[in-house]
Amino acid sequence: MAEAKNYMYKSWWKIASVLLLLYTFTAGFLLEVPRLPALQETIRNLYFHVCMWFAMMILFTVSVVNAIRYLRSFNLKYDIYARHFAVAGIVFGLLGYTTGAIWASYTWADPNKPAINSFSSIARDPKLIGAAIALLVYFAYLILRDSIQDMDKRARISSVYNIFAYAMLFPAIWILPRILPSLHPGNEGNPALDVKNDISGNMRMVFYPAVIGWTLLGVWITTLKIRLSLLKEKKMIS
Amino acid sequence: MMRSLKKIITLLAMTVTSCVVFAQDKKVEMADTMRSNGRIYVVVAVVITILTGLILYVVRLDRKMSKLEREN
Repeated sequence: MAEAKNYMYKSWWKIASVLLLLYTFTAGFLLEVPRLPALQETIRNLYFHVCMWFAMMILFTVSVVNAIRYLRSFNLKYDIYARHFAVAGIVFGLLGYTTGAIWASYTWADPNKPAINSFSSIARDPKLIGAAIALLVYFAYLILRDSIQDMDKRARISSVYNIFAYAMLFPAIWILPRILPSLHPGNEGNPALDVKNDISGNMRMVFYPAVIGWTLLGVWITTLKIRLSLLKEKKMIS
Repeated sequence: MMRSLKKIITLLAMTVTSCVVFAQDKKVEMADTMRSNGRIYVVVAVVITILTGLILYVVRLDRKMSKLEREN
């Protein structure tokens, strides 16, 4: 079994993920953060909300790489990889969206007006619409892939679509929100990476480990699903 | 496999307890300097507990998968 020596079966990076997350959850709450108006302690959401999007980007990237690998080799294994990484990316994207909604409703909303008034201006934010479009494009990927019965056709069509979805991701979450006025921080540069305006240098001590930890957790859950799929596939053939 | 798993669990348990101990150590001096309404360590303990629970769940799932793969 050549599969057995695969990274999916190693445990060192799983342990690393756990340690990094434990570090994130302690240092993330205890370390000193800049005192900013309106944000206050919610700046700590950087270690959680922003990491969801970073993990989503990385998982979608792995997904599209596997889609291309499938198209180059026509090995169905890579199509299974691509599908599960996309699902994990969607899960992280949804978590990012939900946490962002909670965060925005306490920092962007005007406390002097009824919540519904602020909602109309928040819901109109280009960053939110862009993220929603990106996620919907990936929902369509799942619907497309799972609606085709023939295995080879399914793999080929969904792999090609995966590349289009990835190409759509960039205008939707990186380009469009930057050229339109947005409440979301980081319009002039990169949100969460700008030490001068957004975060202090020592927040990076938690932020980067957090990104790696969350991403590895996503990869871990994905590999479990991949292993289950490969096992099912094997059972079907034998 | 079992041995390495035991090692991992011990490591985890030690990390968590060390965090809790760390929290209790600093509670007195930190709570008033860091926040006017302290008790953030309670939150940290709760969040860490939830995280540990979820991680243990994934670890168990991983082990079950490995077992299934060995049997097939």
